[in-house]
Amino acid sequence: MLWVENLTGGYGPVQVVQGLSFEVAAGEVVVILGANGSGKTTTLRTISGMIHGRGTVTFDGTSLLGKRPDQIVRMGIAHVPQGRGTITDLTVEENLRLGAYVRADREVEEDIEQWCAVFPRLGERRDQPAGSMSGGEQQMLAIARALMSKPKLLLLDEPSLGLAPLVTREVFEKLESINRETGAAVLVVEQNAGLALGISSRGYVLETGQIVAQGSSEELSTDEAVRQAYLGY
Amino acid sequence: MMVTALLAEEVSALTNFLQYTFLGLQKGAVYATIALALVIIFRVSGILNFAQGEMATFSTFITWAIWGDGRVPIWAALALSLVVSFALGASIERLVIRPVSKKAAGNPLPIVIATIGLYLAFSALAPAIWGTDAKRFPTLFGEGSLSLAGASISYQTLGTLAVLAVVVGLLFVLFQKTKIGLAMRGVASNAESASLVGVSVGSVLMLGWALSSAMGCMAGALTANVGLNGALMIAPLIYAFAAATLGGFDSPAGAVVGGLIVGLVAEYSADYLAEVPFTTITFIGEQLRIFPAFLLILVVLLVRPQGLFGKPQVTRV
Amino acid sequence: MTAAAAPSELPDTSSEVPTRPNRKALMIKTVLCVVGAVVLIQMPLLMDRSTTQRLTQVLAIAVAVLGLNLLTGFNGQISVGHSAFMGIGAYATAIMMARHESPFILTMMVAMVVAFAVGVVVGLPALRIRGVYLALVTLALAAMFPQLVVRFSGLTGGSTGITLEDTQQVTTPQPVNDLFKSLTGSRLLDNQYRYYLALVVAVVCFVLVRNLVKSRVGRALIAIRDNETPAEVLGVNVGAYKVATFGVSAMLAAIGGSLFVMNADQAVPSEFGIQVSIELLTAVVVGGVATFVGPAVGALALVYVSDLFPKEHPEYAPVLFGLTLIVLMIISPGGIVGLAKQGWARLVRSRSA
Ligand SMILES: Nc1ncnc2c1ncn2[C@@H]1O[C@H](COP(=O)(O)OP(=O)(O)O)[C@@H](O)[C@H]1O
Ligand SMILES: [Mg+2]
Repeated sequence: MLWVENLTGGYGPVQVVQGLSFEVAAGEVVVILGANGSGKTTTLRTISGMIHGRGTVTFDGTSLLGKRPDQIVRMGIAHVPQGRGTITDLTVEENLRLGAYVRADREVEEDIEQWCAVFPRLGERRDQPAGSMSGGEQQMLAIARALMSKPKLLLLDEPSLGLAPLVTREVFEKLESINRETGAAVLVVEQNAGLALGISSRGYVLETGQIVAQGSSEELSTDEAVRQAYLGY
Repeated sequence: MMVTALLAEEVSALTNFLQYTFLGLQKGAVYATIALALVIIFRVSGILNFAQGEMATFSTFITWAIWGDGRVPIWAALALSLVVSFALGASIERLVIRPVSKKAAGNPLPIVIATIGLYLAFSALAPAIWGTDAKRFPTLFGEGSLSLAGASISYQTLGTLAVLAVVVGLLFVLFQKTKIGLAMRGVASNAESASLVGVSVGSVLMLGWALSSAMGCMAGALTANVGLNGALMIAPLIYAFAAATLGGFDSPAGAVVGGLIVGLVAEYSADYLAEVPFTTITFIGEQLRIFPAFLLILVVLLVRPQGLFGKPQVTRV
Repeated sequence: MTAAAAPSELPDTSSEVPTRPNRKALMIKTVLCVVGAVVLIQMPLLMDRSTTQRLTQVLAIAVAVLGLNLLTGFNGQISVGHSAFMGIGAYATAIMMARHESPFILTMMVAMVVAFAVGVVVGLPALRIRGVYLALVTLALAAMFPQLVVRFSGLTGGSTGITLEDTQQVTTPQPVNDLFKSLTGSRLLDNQYRYYLALVVAVVCFVLVRNLVKSRVGRALIAIRDNETPAEVLGVNVGAYKVATFGVSAMLAAIGGSLFVMNADQAVPSEFGIQVSIELLTAVVVGGVATFVGPAVGALALVYVSDLFPKEHPEYAPVLFGLTLIVLMIISPGGIVGLAKQGWARLVRSRSA
């Protein structure tokens, strides 16, 4: 579904991503592991049209490069950025409603109810500004907001960043069930390999803008180098 | 004898006070409208539009030209002109502001200069096309007035305040009840996140400029009955800038309250402080009336650097 | 090239193109400097009186723009009130020369002191107020200045201003004239003398500002512009630097105003209104924000831009000027100097390749 080949991209003259190739099939959960500064965020930003990239990026056969972020959202890709990107001045409900911005159907209200049920704490705080919530709650909101656009592919940038281990676990559990129930494919980039490999079927390892290893999640979690670098044992 | 004289004095003091208040509110409503226009653009894009006043003057000339000394009913002319101004604002965002912002890469100065370029172009365009003599422009709400405790309150004053109320009401509905309004608030708060949920930031900015331009057109039509020339909006823009600063540049409510306060303070001080130095020289122009208002704003800013209604930690320029 | 340097690192001069000191580039630069110096010195001897006067005006404005560039370009504080500081300089000189027959240089010194003091006072709110909010404070100053001049008409001559009588004007001093005559065989005309006087003052100001910006203090100013909080962490006293920069910037604008009066022989309030503040800001950016040559180029452009437009319809000149500004900002946000640097970088690259 998402097909990336020989992707390069960066900021001005700085090439951060140097010739990546990977793919995500429909309904699949894929993880890209990488240390700080390895280019994970840059990769996702290139896919969602925030920065310009070169190479090939196609989604369901259509090229994404050169498209604006809003056009890419309309094609069915929702990006939960690093640091969550909730709109702190808007209420929880307004954030969710804005998540459905690209939709023209009449089921938006029902979907808001649905996600408030899936994430009960969002329902409790519907009318409060998103900025008043805790990090974990904002992460949930960011994910729910992305799902409001009914994406075929969900991009997640380090959802565990800055969250307590218990909360992180909860986030990943929700992701797993969301993938199961909505059928949306998930591409998650992480440093926290343990949980990410737990919910994914395949993974890639990114180092200084290049893919240095790939395989099924079981293979990766037993790989000596991956274990040392990302699992810490 | 004595008692009635005192009473009469008191009554006339009240009458004067009411009179000044009405005048101040009328002017304040115009400042508030322009301040709102400034704030809308500032909120969605962080840009201070120096050309706001001159664009409004140009729009008013368009209204005047369509009106053609009564050929077309003034309200019809104004409606048409509002549409033209709306389109003009949108085109300016698309053709000027967007390319400059793109190239400026986060540096605010080139955009400031582009709005100054617009300011220069628009300030010269109308007089160049239609001449520099002052044009006759109708009073939108007629010449009549009501009387209240001896003070007269003109239809124009009432109408101007009503227009402000309508503008505020429409903006409220737009921002709070519509999808595009929600998108505008989203862009104002976090443009990148808004684009990640599929909001076309460019379209939102275009809409912001279009709305502001139309509001300027409205404000111009409310003031041009004093005689329309190229300088129509120079002083009001300064007042509006002051109003937006007082209220908080990121707060539409602040713009309205700020506009009314600035209008009132300027009017009261011009009338009551006539004996105090600095205010006796009203003949050199409107600007000096604003001196007390400026002082008030400075004091407010020293206590609340973000203005009365603004959010703290303003880092945008 | 633009003022938006990466905040993570502290560039010693954010404005310079990071080309390595390449011998050819150095040579071309030296040649350009020498040619520039010769042109600047020869100019008044080759040109007629009105051109010389106009060039002197350019020098005066360039110093004011230099001051605003220090504040806005290097320290990141936008001021729309510099017309008032220019006006303070202008009126200090006009009043002292017309009423007390003071020597010009003395009047300029007084102008500097007064403007520095006023600049510091106006800059004080900058400790708390930022961005557009601070811009209003400076705008208020610009709006008030002409009105204050008219209010104190006893001292300032009101709206008609002050005109220097023939005997009060700056003329070539006898010893200078004698020296010049012995060197060249001809008299040094008053307008030529004024040009050289302005040139010397301007060059001194430019050199001082350049040294200031390249010093540790300058790096602190730039650090504050790019991101205040880290600058504070680095131990920079942000408040003191900002206020002092305001003062110095105002002082430079006042010097510009003094020179302006020395050249024009008069001070009129309408020449120091908001419009002028806007022009100064325009000149900063048109020349090239946070560059050293920028202010001179910007001032030159400001004074001569009207000549570029067709004479048949002078009423359209501001329209064309406005459009030119917009187009320039689309092509090169770094102004004319930015444009030249792009060309220069290409030249150096192609030469050394
Ligand atoms: N806005 C930017 N401008 C320039 N360089 C950047 C920018 N953002 C990130 N980088 C650089 O790109 C590299 C990769 O960053 P990023 O993609 O954020 O990595 P990750 O998300 O894996 O931590 C880093 O070296 C970082 O310094
Ligand atoms: Mg990252």
